[in-house]
Amino acid sequence: MLSIRNLKAAINGKEILRGINLEVNEGEVHAIMGPNGSGKSTLAAVLAGRDIFTVTGGEVFFDGKPLLGMAPETRARAGIFLGFQYPVEIPGVSMVNFMRTAINEQRKYRELPEMNASDFLKLMRDKKALMEIDSALASRSVNEGFSGGEKKRNEIFQMAMLEPRLAILDETDSGLDIDAMKTVATGVNRLRRPNNAMIVITHYQRLLNYIVPDFVHVLSGGRIVRSGDKTLAYELEEKGYDWIKEENQE
Amino acid sequence: MNGDQDPIINQVTQGEYKYGFVTVLDNDALPKGLNEDIIRQLSAKKDEPEWMLEIRLKAFRYWLTMKLPDWAHLKIPVIDYQDIIYYSAPKSKKPAGSFEDVDPELVKTFDKLGISLDEQKHLSGFAVDAVMDSISVKTTFKESLADLGIIFSSFSEAVREHPDLIKKYMGSVVPYRDNFYAALNSAVFSDGSFVFIPKGVRCPMELSTYFRINAANTGQFERTLIVAEEGAYVSYLEGCTAPKRDKNQLHAAIVEIVVHTDAEVKYSTVQNWYPGDKNGKGGIYNFVTKRGICLGDRSKISWTQVETGSAVTWKYPSCILRGDSSVGEFYSVAVTNNHQQADTGTKMIHIGKNTRSIIVSKGISAGKGQNSYRGLVRVSKNAENARNYSQCDSLLLGDQCGAHTFPHIEVDNQSATVEHEATTSKIGEDQIFYCNQRGIDTETAVGLIVNGYAREVLNKLPMEFAVEAQKLLQISLEGSVG
Repeated sequence: MLSIRNLKAAINGKEILRGINLEVNEGEVHAIMGPNGSGKSTLAAVLAGRDIFTVTGGEVFFDGKPLLGMAPETRARAGIFLGFQYPVEIPGVSMVNFMRTAINEQRKYRELPEMNASDFLKLMRDKKALMEIDSALASRSVNEGFSGGEKKRNEIFQMAMLEPRLAILDETDSGLDIDAMKTVATGVNRLRRPNNAMIVITHYQRLLNYIVPDFVHVLSGGRIVRSGDKTLAYELEEKGYDWIKEENQE
Repeated sequence: MNGDQDPIINQVTQGEYKYGFVTVLDNDALPKGLNEDIIRQLSAKKDEPEWMLEIRLKAFRYWLTMKLPDWAHLKIPVIDYQDIIYYSAPKSKKPAGSFEDVDPELVKTFDKLGISLDEQKHLSGFAVDAVMDSISVKTTFKESLADLGIIFSSFSEAVREHPDLIKKYMGSVVPYRDNFYAALNSAVFSDGSFVFIPKGVRCPMELSTYFRINAANTGQFERTLIVAEEGAYVSYLEGCTAPKRDKNQLHAAIVEIVVHTDAEVKYSTVQNWYPGDKNGKGGIYNFVTKRGICLGDRSKISWTQVETGSAVTWKYPSCILRGDSSVGEFYSVAVTNNHQQADTGTKMIHIGKNTRSIIVSKGISAGKGQNSYRGLVRVSKNAENARNYSQCDSLLLGDQCGAHTFPHIEVDNQSATVEHEATTSKIGEDQIFYCNQRGIDTETAVGLIVNGYAREVLNKLPMEFAVEAQKLLQISLEGSVG
């Protein structure tokens, strides 16, 4: 589904990604771990098409199509979803209006008719129930005045609404207490399907107790320095990132 | 904002003006120019009584002694007042009493603007006075409103049919000496609407006036007068459009509102005069004096405006809060794109005790637009416990536009509470990217964000208008963000 080949990217002339290679197939969950500044969030942003980063090399294919030339909204419509580490507030724009606009833009791209109001509201109700989200959320403005936990849950709620083929969750656990993290993880697990995939970016192993990955990759200095199954995460937890850094320098 | 974003900005803000068409009509017009003779002819064409002509001439003589105001943050080229036609009316056989009498071309024009002059086809709950150039062409639902004692007619008709009311109230809030454009309007005004809601009556439908400038080289000078007697209520709407022309056209109006004890008037405007092209050529010069007085205790005036049109806007809908516990409100969204300039705001004059006012102003600037908020809050000596809250927000799209705030506060009573908050923000790249990432393109994202920003004001509009206004905001900014 996703094929990243020797991807390099820079910001303000400083190279952050220095040759990433990664294959993600349908039904898989990949965890990307790594110390601060290793390039985890940059990778997520580059895949979503954030233009403050310049791609300096490599290729990415999504469902066989070259991804890097696509506008960010086209990538989203093609099925890539980014769960933001810092969800953005949009004052005065209700979640209902925001989601309805998003869904209809995506449907238009897929040559489907617009969803009518009652179907849409039903979908919203169902997904709120699925994600155990407070029903007042829909009438509030996008992320405005939301607590840290509410913002993260709202990201997962949007993911449930949009049903992406590939979800990239950027440090969805950061800033959450253990209960909030469990709720978010439960929501994510309910969205796992044989025909979609997820990339879960996290600094800590603890999230992976709840969202169990098929593969774990360790990012350091803009490269994937080690890949393995979920046991790699435990090993990291035990030995710390310095272990990887040291080993890498040898 | 960096250079790369300019193309996006341009793309989003370069929407086309939809109402720029011209209707070919046979016009009955006076020659260009302004002098006493023209005023006499204008008055004669309107079949006016002598006293009205006298008011016009007094105003004209006073206007000749006045100087153009230059305090606004506007660059306005010199206007040649002798190069303007002051009266131009679509020719029709007779005043349109029934729908069948209205010139089909006029019906078509207003249909195109989304305004039906046919009561049968009309949006329920709306009565319309349609004004084309210098005259009112049709007022709908006049008869059914008359059954309740409500007068809703063109201004000219009111001068003939209700001279006592006109003599009593016209000029009582905006005297002709008030300012340059008020004097000019008082001399040459040609039509407009008159609304009178008698004691204790709640007007059952929204009343509205639709102003259309059609003829070239013509100025539109209309007056609106609204009187609400004790305990009366009315919601009044005003909409405006004009054809696209290379040459600027002048619009100088007066709106007066008089509200008695326990009465309330809600006045909403969606102003979409032709703003000029993207190089700043053409467009309407919009100089308007709007003021209401809360004469009685517990009376209320609420102004809501969405200003997206005009090359230049100079407009300060104001409230004089004379009655005790009276309330004044001003909610405004003003958009300037391309080369548009707006200097707009309000005055809240607190005279009575326990008077309250609220000001919410949302400026949106794009392109090379200049947007100024100018406001005055005055609490006079006897206004015990007066309260005002003002909030002025500016939103900038792009780096070539400007937002300016000129708040004036004068407080002569120690018990007053006056609060002023102001913010300036840019649409964030992160907000746009967030929308993009959900599949929403930049243009739609900007529309969403701007409408969200203006929501507090749009919510004050009657529903049908709010939907229109939302679309209008989006169109006005097509081609503008980053």
